[in-house]
Amino acid sequence: MSEVHTKTSILAHQFENLDQQLETDTLGIWVFLVTEIMFFGGLFACYTVYRSFYLPAFEATSRVLNVRLGALNTMVLLSSSFTMAMAVRSAQTAKRNALMAFLALTMVLGVVFLGVKAIEYHAEYMEHIIPGVDFAPQGEILQHLSPGGLGHAQIFMCFYFLMTGVHAIHMIIGLGLLLTLLLRARRGTFTSQYFAPVEVTGLYWHFVDIVWIFLFPLLYLIGGRY
Amino acid sequence: MASSHIVPVKTYLFVFASLLFLAALTTAVAFVDLGPLNTVIALTIAFAKMMLVVLIFMHLRHGSKLLHVVLIAGFFWLTLLIGLTLTDYHTRHWIPDPLPWSSSAPATHP
Repeated sequence: MSEVHTKTSILAHQFENLDQQLETDTLGIWVFLVTEIMFFGGLFACYTVYRSFYLPAFEATSRVLNVRLGALNTMVLLSSSFTMAMAVRSAQTAKRNALMAFLALTMVLGVVFLGVKAIEYHAEYMEHIIPGVDFAPQGEILQHLSPGGLGHAQIFMCFYFLMTGVHAIHMIIGLGLLLTLLLRARRGTFTSQYFAPVEVTGLYWHFVDIVWIFLFPLLYLIGGRY
Repeated sequence: MASSHIVPVKTYLFVFASLLFLAALTTAVAFVDLGPLNTVIALTIAFAKMMLVVLIFMHLRHGSKLLHVVLIAGFFWLTLLIGLTLTDYHTRHWIPDPLPWSSSAPATHP
Protein backbone atom coordinates (compact mmCIF):
# COMPACT_ATOMS: atom_id res chain seq x y z
CA MET A 1 0.00 0.00 0.00
CA SER A 2 2.73 2.45 0.96
CA GLU A 3 4.55 1.50 -2.26
CA VAL A 4 1.50 2.42 -4.32
CA HIS A 5 1.06 5.59 -2.35
CA THR A 6 4.66 6.65 -3.06
CA LYS A 7 4.24 5.96 -6.76
CA THR A 8 1.11 8.02 -7.09
CA SER A 9 2.40 10.90 -5.00
CA ILE A 10 5.64 11.37 -6.97
CA LEU A 11 3.61 11.70 -10.19
CA ALA A 12 1.46 14.81 -10.01
CA HIS A 13 -2.03 14.10 -11.32
CA GLN A 14 -1.85 16.53 -14.25
CA PHE A 15 0.92 14.54 -15.95
CA GLU A 16 0.65 11.44 -18.11
CA ASN A 17 3.89 9.92 -16.84
CA LEU A 18 7.16 10.70 -15.07
CA ASP A 19 8.97 11.52 -18.33
CA GLN A 20 6.47 14.23 -19.13
CA GLN A 21 6.68 15.49 -15.56
CA LEU A 22 10.48 15.67 -15.72
CA GLU A 23 10.37 17.51 -19.04
CA THR A 24 7.92 20.04 -17.62
CA ASP A 25 9.98 20.50 -14.44
CA THR A 26 13.09 21.05 -16.54
CA LEU A 27 11.37 23.59 -18.78
CA GLY A 28 10.03 25.38 -15.70
CA ILE A 29 13.43 25.74 -14.08
CA TRP A 30 14.97 26.92 -17.35
CA VAL A 31 12.33 29.64 -17.67
CA PHE A 32 13.12 30.65 -14.08
CA LEU A 33 16.83 30.70 -14.93
CA VAL A 34 16.11 32.99 -17.88
CA THR A 35 14.48 35.44 -15.45
CA GLU A 36 17.65 35.12 -13.36
CA ILE A 37 19.71 35.91 -16.47
CA MET A 38 17.64 39.08 -16.81
CA PHE A 39 18.13 39.90 -13.12
CA PHE A 40 21.92 39.51 -13.20
CA GLY A 41 21.90 40.91 -16.77
CA GLY A 42 20.65 44.24 -15.44
CA LEU A 43 23.58 44.36 -13.02
CA PHE A 44 26.03 43.36 -15.75
CA ALA A 45 24.60 46.04 -18.07
CA CYS A 46 24.93 48.68 -15.32
CA TYR A 47 28.47 47.54 -14.62
CA THR A 48 29.36 47.76 -18.34
CA VAL A 49 27.99 51.31 -18.63
CA TYR A 50 29.88 52.57 -15.57
CA ARG A 51 33.01 50.71 -16.61
CA SER A 52 32.92 52.47 -19.97
CA PHE A 53 32.44 55.82 -18.20
CA TYR A 54 35.19 55.40 -15.59
CA LEU A 55 37.53 52.85 -17.16
CA PRO A 56 40.82 54.02 -15.51
CA ALA A 57 39.31 54.02 -12.01
CA PHE A 58 37.64 50.64 -12.55
CA GLU A 59 40.90 49.10 -13.77
CA ALA A 60 42.87 50.59 -10.88
CA THR A 61 40.34 49.55 -8.23
CA SER A 62 40.16 45.97 -9.49
CA ARG A 63 43.78 45.68 -8.23
CA VAL A 64 42.72 45.98 -4.59
CA LEU A 65 40.77 42.72 -4.82
CA ASN A 66 42.57 39.54 -3.80
CA VAL A 67 43.02 37.74 -7.11
CA ARG A 68 44.48 34.61 -5.48
CA LEU A 69 41.41 34.06 -3.33
CA GLY A 70 39.22 34.91 -6.33
CA ALA A 71 40.94 32.30 -8.48
CA LEU A 72 40.80 29.78 -5.64
CA ASN A 73 37.07 30.37 -5.28
CA THR A 74 36.61 29.93 -9.03
CA MET A 75 38.27 26.50 -8.79
CA VAL A 76 36.16 25.61 -5.74
CA LEU A 77 32.93 26.56 -7.47
CA LEU A 78 33.84 24.74 -10.71
CA SER A 79 34.60 21.66 -8.60
CA SER A 80 31.22 21.96 -6.88
CA SER A 81 29.57 22.06 -10.31
CA PHE A 82 31.37 18.84 -11.20
CA THR A 83 30.27 17.11 -7.98
CA MET A 84 26.72 18.37 -8.59
CA ALA A 85 26.73 16.90 -12.11
CA MET A 86 27.98 13.64 -10.59
CA ALA A 87 25.20 13.79 -8.00
CA VAL A 88 22.57 14.06 -10.75
CA ARG A 89 24.23 11.16 -12.57
CA SER A 90 24.20 9.08 -9.38
CA ALA A 91 20.48 9.79 -9.02
CA GLN A 92 19.85 8.79 -12.64
CA THR A 93 21.72 5.53 -12.11
CA ALA A 94 20.00 4.94 -8.73
CA LYS A 95 23.21 4.94 -6.67
CA ARG A 96 21.89 6.29 -3.40
CA ASN A 97 25.14 6.32 -1.44
CA ALA A 98 27.02 8.01 -4.26
CA LEU A 99 24.18 10.53 -4.58
CA MET A 100 24.38 11.39 -0.88
CA ALA A 101 28.18 11.61 -0.99
CA PHE A 102 28.21 13.91 -4.02
CA LEU A 103 25.46 16.11 -2.56
CA ALA A 104 27.41 16.41 0.69
CA LEU A 105 30.61 17.15 -1.23
CA THR A 106 28.85 19.85 -3.25
CA MET A 107 27.63 21.42 0.00
CA VAL A 108 31.12 21.31 1.51
CA LEU A 109 32.55 23.06 -1.55
CA GLY A 110 29.74 25.62 -1.43
CA VAL A 111 30.50 26.34 2.24
CA VAL A 112 34.22 26.63 1.44
CA PHE A 113 33.35 29.18 -1.27
CA LEU A 114 31.31 31.25 1.19
CA GLY A 115 34.05 30.96 3.81
CA VAL A 116 36.70 32.28 1.41
CA LYS A 117 34.27 35.04 0.42
CA ALA A 118 33.84 35.96 4.09
CA ILE A 119 37.64 36.11 4.52
CA GLU A 120 37.80 38.45 1.51
CA TYR A 121 35.01 40.68 2.83
CA HIS A 122 36.74 40.88 6.20
CA ALA A 123 40.07 41.80 4.61
CA GLU A 124 38.33 44.47 2.53
CA TYR A 125 36.69 45.85 5.67
CA MET A 126 40.08 46.03 7.40
CA GLU A 127 41.60 47.77 4.36
CA HIS A 128 38.84 50.42 4.32
CA ILE A 129 37.75 49.63 0.78
CA ILE A 130 34.06 49.28 1.58
CA PRO A 131 32.20 52.24 0.01
CA GLY A 132 31.11 54.84 2.54
CA VAL A 133 32.55 57.40 4.91
CA ASP A 134 35.49 55.13 5.84
CA PHE A 135 36.47 54.54 2.23
CA ALA A 136 40.25 55.09 2.22
CA PRO A 137 42.23 52.68 0.06
CA GLN A 138 45.98 52.64 0.61
CA GLY A 139 49.02 51.83 -1.45
CA GLU A 140 49.52 51.23 -5.13
CA ILE A 141 45.97 51.99 -6.19
CA LEU A 142 46.35 55.69 -5.30
CA GLN A 143 49.03 56.15 -7.98
CA HIS A 144 46.60 54.97 -10.62
CA LEU A 145 43.63 57.07 -9.52
CA SER A 146 42.99 60.56 -10.85
CA PRO A 147 42.02 63.27 -8.29
CA GLY A 148 38.30 62.57 -8.77
CA GLY A 149 38.95 58.86 -8.98
CA LEU A 150 38.11 57.97 -5.38
CA GLY A 151 34.40 58.44 -6.07
CA HIS A 152 34.62 56.25 -9.17
CA ALA A 153 36.57 53.67 -7.19
CA GLN A 154 33.67 53.56 -4.73
CA ILE A 155 31.27 52.90 -7.60
CA PHE A 156 33.41 49.91 -8.59
CA MET A 157 33.39 48.62 -5.01
CA CYS A 158 29.60 49.10 -4.87
CA PHE A 159 29.28 46.85 -7.92
CA TYR A 160 31.71 44.38 -6.38
CA PHE A 161 29.78 44.06 -3.13
CA LEU A 162 26.36 44.12 -4.76
CA MET A 163 27.17 41.50 -7.39
CA THR A 164 29.22 39.14 -5.21
CA GLY A 165 26.72 39.66 -2.38
CA VAL A 166 23.69 38.76 -4.50
CA HIS A 167 25.68 35.83 -5.86
CA ALA A 168 26.46 34.69 -2.30
CA ILE A 169 22.75 34.88 -1.41
CA HIS A 170 22.06 32.58 -4.35
CA MET A 171 24.72 30.21 -3.00
CA ILE A 172 23.08 30.19 0.44
CA ILE A 173 19.69 29.41 -1.13
CA GLY A 174 21.38 26.67 -3.15
CA LEU A 175 22.88 25.19 0.02
CA GLY A 176 19.42 25.09 1.58
CA LEU A 177 18.04 23.28 -1.48
CA LEU A 178 20.94 20.81 -1.38
CA LEU A 179 20.26 20.10 2.29
CA THR A 180 16.64 19.20 1.59
CA LEU A 181 17.81 16.99 -1.30
CA LEU A 182 20.28 15.27 1.00
CA LEU A 183 17.55 14.57 3.57
CA ARG A 184 15.19 13.26 0.90
CA ALA A 185 17.94 11.14 -0.64
CA ARG A 186 18.60 9.66 2.80
CA ARG A 187 14.94 8.63 3.02
CA GLY A 188 15.34 6.94 -0.37
CA THR A 189 12.95 9.25 -2.20
CA PHE A 190 14.89 9.27 -5.46
CA THR A 191 14.96 6.48 -8.00
CA SER A 192 16.22 6.17 -11.55
CA GLN A 193 12.63 7.03 -12.54
CA TYR A 194 12.15 9.93 -10.16
CA PHE A 195 15.06 12.33 -9.79
CA ALA A 196 13.58 15.60 -11.11
CA PRO A 197 14.30 17.57 -7.88
CA VAL A 198 17.98 16.61 -8.09
CA GLU A 199 18.10 17.55 -11.77
CA VAL A 200 16.45 20.97 -11.36
CA THR A 201 18.46 21.86 -8.24
CA GLY A 202 21.54 20.91 -10.26
CA LEU A 203 20.50 23.30 -13.03
CA TYR A 204 20.13 26.10 -10.48
CA TRP A 205 23.51 25.32 -8.92
CA HIS A 206 25.23 25.32 -12.34
CA PHE A 207 23.58 28.65 -13.17
CA VAL A 208 25.01 30.22 -10.00
CA ASP A 209 28.39 28.81 -11.05
CA ILE A 210 28.03 30.46 -14.49
CA VAL A 211 27.31 33.84 -12.87
CA TRP A 212 30.60 33.51 -10.99
CA ILE A 213 32.39 32.45 -14.21
CA PHE A 214 31.59 35.95 -15.50
CA LEU A 215 31.97 37.85 -12.21
CA PHE A 216 35.51 36.60 -11.67
CA PRO A 217 37.10 38.06 -14.85
CA LEU A 218 34.93 41.19 -14.80
CA LEU A 219 35.73 42.14 -11.21
CA TYR A 220 39.12 40.59 -10.46
CA LEU A 221 40.96 40.22 -13.73
CA ILE A 222 40.42 42.54 -16.64
CA GLY A 223 42.60 45.58 -16.90
CA GLY A 224 45.31 46.34 -14.45
CA ARG A 225 46.73 43.11 -13.10
CA TYR A 226 50.02 43.65 -14.95
CA MET B 1 13.34 10.83 -23.05
CA ALA B 2 15.97 13.43 -23.79
CA SER B 3 16.70 14.88 -20.37
CA SER B 4 17.23 11.49 -18.73
CA HIS B 5 20.14 10.75 -21.05
CA ILE B 6 23.00 9.50 -18.89
CA VAL B 7 26.30 11.19 -19.67
CA PRO B 8 29.46 9.03 -19.19
CA VAL B 9 31.65 9.88 -16.19
CA LYS B 10 34.57 10.31 -18.60
CA THR B 11 32.79 13.22 -20.30
CA TYR B 12 32.16 14.94 -16.96
CA LEU B 13 35.79 14.47 -15.95
CA PHE B 14 36.97 15.89 -19.27
CA VAL B 15 34.71 18.94 -18.90
CA PHE B 16 35.84 19.42 -15.30
CA ALA B 17 39.52 19.30 -16.32
CA SER B 18 38.84 21.72 -19.19
CA LEU B 19 37.07 24.14 -16.84
CA LEU B 20 39.96 24.11 -14.36
CA PHE B 21 42.43 24.61 -17.21
CA LEU B 22 40.44 27.55 -18.60
CA ALA B 23 40.16 29.12 -15.14
CA ALA B 24 43.95 28.88 -14.70
CA LEU B 25 44.49 30.20 -18.24
CA THR B 26 42.25 33.26 -17.80
CA THR B 27 43.98 34.10 -14.50
CA ALA B 28 47.45 33.76 -16.06
CA VAL B 29 46.58 35.82 -19.15
CA ALA B 30 45.30 38.66 -16.94
CA PHE B 31 48.87 39.28 -15.76
CA VAL B 32 50.14 39.87 -19.32
CA ASP B 33 49.59 43.29 -20.87
CA LEU B 34 47.74 42.74 -24.14
CA GLY B 35 45.89 46.04 -24.21
CA PRO B 36 42.20 45.79 -25.09
CA LEU B 37 42.72 42.14 -26.00
CA ASN B 38 42.80 41.30 -22.26
CA THR B 39 39.09 42.02 -21.97
CA VAL B 40 38.29 40.16 -25.19
CA ILE B 41 40.25 37.07 -24.12
CA ALA B 42 38.79 37.07 -20.60
CA LEU B 43 35.23 37.25 -21.91
CA THR B 44 35.88 34.66 -24.62
CA ILE B 45 37.23 32.21 -22.04
CA ALA B 46 34.28 32.94 -19.74
CA PHE B 47 31.92 32.27 -22.64
CA ALA B 48 33.68 28.99 -23.44
CA LYS B 49 33.40 27.92 -19.79
CA MET B 50 29.72 28.83 -19.78
CA MET B 51 29.09 26.75 -22.92
CA LEU B 52 30.84 23.74 -21.36
CA VAL B 53 28.70 24.00 -18.23
CA VAL B 54 25.47 24.64 -20.13
CA LEU B 55 25.91 21.95 -22.78
CA ILE B 56 27.33 19.13 -20.65
CA PHE B 57 26.66 19.74 -16.93
CA MET B 58 23.23 21.23 -17.61
CA HIS B 59 22.44 18.58 -20.25
CA LEU B 60 21.40 21.07 -22.91
CA ARG B 61 23.26 19.08 -25.56
CA HIS B 62 20.65 16.37 -25.10
CA GLY B 63 17.85 18.79 -24.24
CA SER B 64 14.68 19.29 -26.25
CA LYS B 65 14.36 21.91 -29.00
CA LEU B 66 11.97 23.81 -26.75
CA LEU B 67 14.70 24.26 -24.12
CA HIS B 68 17.09 25.53 -26.81
CA VAL B 69 14.53 28.08 -27.97
CA VAL B 70 13.91 29.27 -24.39
CA LEU B 71 17.62 29.77 -23.74
CA ILE B 72 18.36 31.41 -27.09
CA ALA B 73 15.42 33.78 -26.52
CA GLY B 74 16.81 34.59 -23.07
CA PHE B 75 20.24 35.44 -24.46
CA PHE B 76 18.69 37.42 -27.28
CA TRP B 77 16.93 39.63 -24.71
CA LEU B 78 20.14 39.91 -22.69
CA THR B 79 22.01 41.24 -25.74
CA LEU B 80 19.16 43.71 -26.31
CA LEU B 81 19.34 44.79 -22.67
CA ILE B 82 23.09 45.40 -22.70
CA GLY B 83 23.34 46.52 -26.34
CA LEU B 84 20.55 49.10 -26.29
CA THR B 85 21.59 50.42 -22.86
CA LEU B 86 25.12 51.06 -24.13
CA THR B 87 23.78 52.55 -27.38
CA ASP B 88 21.67 54.97 -25.38
CA TYR B 89 24.37 56.11 -22.96
CA HIS B 90 27.05 56.49 -25.62
CA THR B 91 25.02 58.45 -28.16
CA ARG B 92 23.40 60.95 -25.80
CA HIS B 93 26.11 63.56 -26.35
CA TRP B 94 25.63 63.41 -30.13
CA ILE B 95 22.71 65.83 -29.86
CA PRO B 96 23.12 68.94 -27.66
CA ASP B 97 20.64 69.42 -24.84
CA PRO B 98 17.71 71.58 -26.02
CA LEU B 99 17.35 74.94 -24.31
CA PRO B 100 14.45 75.22 -21.89
CA TRP B 101 11.31 77.00 -23.19
CA SER B 102 11.75 79.77 -20.66
CA SER B 103 15.22 80.62 -21.89
CA SER B 104 15.51 84.00 -23.55
CA ALA B 105 18.62 83.01 -25.49
CA PRO B 106 17.99 82.27 -29.17
CA ALA B 107 17.94 78.59 -29.99
CA THR B 108 20.97 77.39 -31.89
CA HIS B 109 20.93 74.47 -34.24
CA PRO B 110 24.08 72.52 -34.98
